[in-house]
Amino acid sequence: MKREEIIRITNEFLVEEIEALPELLTEDASLKDDLGIDSLDFVDIFVIVERKFGFKIKAEEMADVTTLGAFYDYIEKKVNSDNGDAK
Amino acid sequence: MRRVVITGMGIYSCIGKSLEEVSESLYLGKSGIGIDPLRYDFGYRSPLTGILERPMLKNLIDRRMRTGLAEEGEYAYMATKDALEHAKIDMDFLEKNEVGIFYGNDSSAKAVIEAHNIVAEKKDTMMMGSGAIFQSMNSTVTMNLSVIFKLRGINMTISAACASGSHSLGLGYLFIKNGWQDTVICGGAQETNVYSMGSFDALNAFSVRTAEPHKASRPFDLNRDGLVPSGGAATLILEDYEHAVKRGAKIIAEVIGYGFSSNGSHISQPADEGSFIAMQRALDDAGIGTKDIDYINAHATSTPLGDMYEAMSINSLFGKHNTPVSSTKSMTGHECWMSGASEIIYSTLMMQKNFIAPNINFETPDEYSAKINIINKTTEKKIDTFLSNSFGFGGTNSALIIRKFNS
Repeated sequence: MKREEIIRITNEFLVEEIEALPELLTEDASLKDDLGIDSLDFVDIFVIVERKFGFKIKAEEMADVTTLGAFYDYIEKKVNSDNGDAK
Repeated sequence: MRRVVITGMGIYSCIGKSLEEVSESLYLGKSGIGIDPLRYDFGYRSPLTGILERPMLKNLIDRRMRTGLAEEGEYAYMATKDALEHAKIDMDFLEKNEVGIFYGNDSSAKAVIEAHNIVAEKKDTMMMGSGAIFQSMNSTVTMNLSVIFKLRGINMTISAACASGSHSLGLGYLFIKNGWQDTVICGGAQETNVYSMGSFDALNAFSVRTAEPHKASRPFDLNRDGLVPSGGAATLILEDYEHAVKRGAKIIAEVIGYGFSSNGSHISQPADEGSFIAMQRALDDAGIGTKDIDYINAHATSTPLGDMYEAMSINSLFGKHNTPVSSTKSMTGHECWMSGASEIIYSTLMMQKNFIAPNINFETPDEYSAKINIINKTTEKKIDTFLSNSFGFGGTNSALIIRKFNS
């Protein structure tokens, strides 16, 4: 899956389901400080990512994912990985 | 001891979603009962229920607040928002003053079942999402409302079956009377979805008068064949009188008595002795006699035994005064955990507007209801003081006495 598509799908669910403000969705936006995503929101994002991208986020892999750009990268890696957890 | 007054009311029910709408329905004897076809598919014996649509909260509260709310919490939010507005209590007041909450709720079936179904399918608990636990607990309503409204006083759900709403008001009254809180949000909420009433339907307790849904709930009538489940939410703001006057609040009515008891006998059948004790305790607490009660809002749910026992106990206490009685459950159905609170609102509206709402469908008395004065047509009457009964599974009984405020 191309990165542009990942960005499109991710931004769409962040706005529609997590209700993040679209104008704040930049690559360097901090997930926690700029987008206000907390630990409870991450549980919901886990569910949405499984539905949209077909893999389950592993909490331990998210430790360094602090910006939106890093999140796009993480999804891209998981979705396009041969050994990924894609269904 | 301090005086406890009602300064705000809010309702989300099958006979109206505003005080005005509910007043009109009560006056017209309008039924909110209908058929939920999902119940046929689900395997219910009776598809009858109070008909209520889900409120839309998306533009009212943010996603995080909405995520933890189960259906009954949504109803409770709507009723509480309106009650606070009615009491002229805004977020600024809530942030600066300690306000408590006692709210009646005794189930959250849909939330539990839906979460279970997800895990059973996906074999992964995280797939339930972040809201599941907050929606599933019995204390879901108070848990969520205390966050949404920034409440910092007593914070507790009262689970007492069909007396939950009434006991929540009784406890709010006691806390204010004893000086432990100045303002308490009280109420009751009841989910109305298809999952919530299946185990109750299993007892064969529901009316099957499906040909005439509006006539199915017929408390005290000889030909009653069971109750009709219903729900929604009702909220009342209780306040210390001096505190209410100081902030310029409008006084709606005064809570003057609370009585309680437990039957200690059958888990599902009420008893006349227990209800008698609760009513007498309420009268003693209010310092008034049976002659001072102008109207009784009965618990009567349209069950053969329950209505009989209540008729017996009302007759024992009030028979000599021929005190007017009606059960608004004839119109609303049995609002269960909500009913003790909603029926205070219904009766207070009657008291404000000088009428008794009819016990509709009371066409033929039985030998017990023949002995009490059941009002089956809307009757203009000045009510200064009313008594409201609520009785629940496990024999829990609650009685509240409300009076027009007299400074």
